Amino acid sequence: MSEEKKTKRRDFIFTASYALGAVGVGATVWPLIDQMNPDASVKALATTEVDVSTIERGQSISVLWRGKPVFIRRRTEEEIAKAREVDLKELKHPEKDEDRARNPEWLVMLGVCTHLGCVPLGDKGEYGGWFCPCHGSHYDTSGRIRKGPAPTNMEIPKYEFVNSNTIKIG
Amino acid sequence: MSDHEYTPNSKFGKWFNDRLPLLTLSNHLSDYPTPKNLNYWWTFGGILTFCLIAQIITGIILAMHYVAQADLAFESVEHIMRDVNYGWLIRYFHANGSSMFFLAVYIHIFRSLYYGSHKSPREVIWIIGMIIYFLMMMTAFMGYVLPWGQMSFWAATVITNLFSAVPFIGEGITNWLWGGFAVDSPTLTRFYALHYLFPFLILGLVILHIWALHIPGNNNPIGIDIKSPSKDTVPFHPYIVVKDLFALLIFLIIFAFFVFYSPNLLGHPDNYIEANPMVTPNHIVPEWYLLPFYAILRSIPDKLFGVIAMFASIFVLVILPWLDTSKVRSAIFRPLYKQFYWFLVADVLILGYVGAMPAEGLYLLVARVATAYYFIHFLIILPVLGQKEKTLEVPLSLTDPVLGGSTNDSLMSEQKKN
Repeated sequence: MSEEKKTKRRDFIFTASYALGAVGVGATVWPLIDQMNPDASVKALATTEVDVSTIERGQSISVLWRGKPVFIRRRTEEEIAKAREVDLKELKHPEKDEDRARNPEWLVMLGVCTHLGCVPLGDKGEYGGWFCPCHGSHYDTSGRIRKGPAPTNMEIPKYEFVNSNTIKIG
Repeated sequence: MSDHEYTPNSKFGKWFNDRLPLLTLSNHLSDYPTPKNLNYWWTFGGILTFCLIAQIITGIILAMHYVAQADLAFESVEHIMRDVNYGWLIRYFHANGSSMFFLAVYIHIFRSLYYGSHKSPREVIWIIGMIIYFLMMMTAFMGYVLPWGQMSFWAATVITNLFSAVPFIGEGITNWLWGGFAVDSPTLTRFYALHYLFPFLILGLVILHIWALHIPGNNNPIGIDIKSPSKDTVPFHPYIVVKDLFALLIFLIIFAFFVFYSPNLLGHPDNYIEANPMVTPNHIVPEWYLLPFYAILRSIPDKLFGVIAMFASIFVLVILPWLDTSKVRSAIFRPLYKQFYWFLVADVLILGYVGAMPAEGLYLLVARVATAYYFIHFLIILPVLGQKEKTLEVPLSLTDPVLGGSTNDSLMSEQKKN
C-alpha cells in the first residue's frame, strides 16, 4: 500500500462502473422529469385563426392562444404616432415600433405582463397603453415596458395575415 | 432521556418489547423530563401537531369528493359545499385550518426567537423547523390553487412565474412546472398530487424535529442548560400533556369561531369566481400568512432581485443560529435584544400590512424601508449585539433565584471560577 500510486485494473473497473451507473441512473430519471413538460396534446393546439373584420379603429379584442390571452388592437393614428416618435434611448427594452407592428394599424401581442404573468388592462397607465394591476407595470401604445418591475416588452407571437380579415397566430 | 432501563410489566409486553421496543419509546415519551418553568408559549408544539393531523384527516376526506381537472374542479368544490354531507364543515375546517396552522407556527417561531431556542445545541431542530415551515408554505400555496377560483388561478400564475426570473432557463422551468404554456389543467392535477404528498413529508420531518428536540431536551424561558432529570424538571406526562391540552382547548375556541361564524373572513371573495385566464382581478393578494414575503418581493424594482430577496428572507432564518452570536439565550437577560426583538415583530407586521396594499406611493416607500430593516436586523444588528451587548446575570438554575444553588454541577464550578 505504501508504494507509489499506480493505476490498477481495479481502479479502472471502479471508474468504468461508476460512469456506466451514472448514465443508467440519468437515463432512468429523465422520463420521470420530462413527463412534466408540455405534452403532445398541448403542443397540438399551437395555432389559432381569428377574424378581425369587425374591429374598429381604437378597439381591441383578446383571444386565447395556448392558454394565454393575445391582444389584437387596431390602433388609431395618434397611438401609432405616439409609439413611433419615442426615442429608443428612453426605453428599458429598446425595440422599434416598426419591428413590433409590421402593419402599423395592427398590434398583435401576448397580453401577458412579463413580470409575473398577469393580464394588463387596456387604455390605462401613464403611457396610454396598458397597465398591469398586479405589480404596477406601465406599457406604451406599442406594448413596450416604460415603468415598473417588468423586465421586457410584451411578447409579439408569430402571426400572419391569412387574408385582409383573418390573422393566424402561431 | 431517562437513564434507567425500562422493563414492561406484562410477559407479553416483555416479549414484544424485546423484538420491537415500542413500549420503551412510549415510556420515554411519557417520562421525558421537561423544564418545570415552561410557559404557555411552549404549548404551540402540541397545537401544531394537532393542526397537522387535523389537516391530513380533513384533507383526505375532501380528496374523496374533489376532482382535480380544470373543467370540474370549481364545480366539485361547490358540490362539496352544497351536496356532500357536512361537506361545508369539513371544507371550512380545512381552509381555516391552514390559517390557524400558520398562526400557530408564527407564534412558535417567534417564541424561539425570543427565548433563543434556535441556538446551540438546538441548531438542527431549528433548521428542520425551517424546512417544515418552507414545505408548509408550498403546501398551503398549492392547496389554495385547488378550488380553481380567480385567486387560485392568478396566485398560481404569479408564483410559478417567479421561476421565469432565472436567467436563460427560466422559461423552460415555468413550462415544465405548468405542463403547458400557461397555468392550466396539467398544472392543477400535479399541484393536487403534490398537495397530497407534502403533508406526509412534513409529518416525517416533525418526527425528526421531535427526535432532535429530545437529544438536548427543551429550552426554557430562562434559557439556561438544566440537568435532567432533576429538581428543575417534571415528567412530560401528565404535567405538560395536561397543560398542552388546556392550551389546545383555548386555541380550538378561536378556531371554531372562524369556522362557524366567519368562515370566509380570511379568504378572498374573488375566489368564488371560476378561474378565467383572460382577466386578472384588479387587486391580487396572497393569503395573509404570505404577505410579508410578498411585500419584500414587490419592494424591489427589479424582477430577478425581487425574487432573490424574497428567497433570501427565508434563507436568512435558516442560518440564524450563526448570525445570533450571543452566548445568552433568553431575551430576559438581553436588555437590548429584547427591544430589537419587538422592532422585528413590528417590522414583520408592517411588511404584512403593506403587502396587502397596492404597491405604490407611501405604501411602496414603507415596504422598502421595512424590507431593508428586516435584513439589517438579521445581518447586522444580531451579529453586532452578540459582541457588544452587556447581558444581565443569568441564574444558575430554575430554582436559583429562590433557593440558590444549581442542579447543574458544571455551571456551579464555572460560577465559582468567576
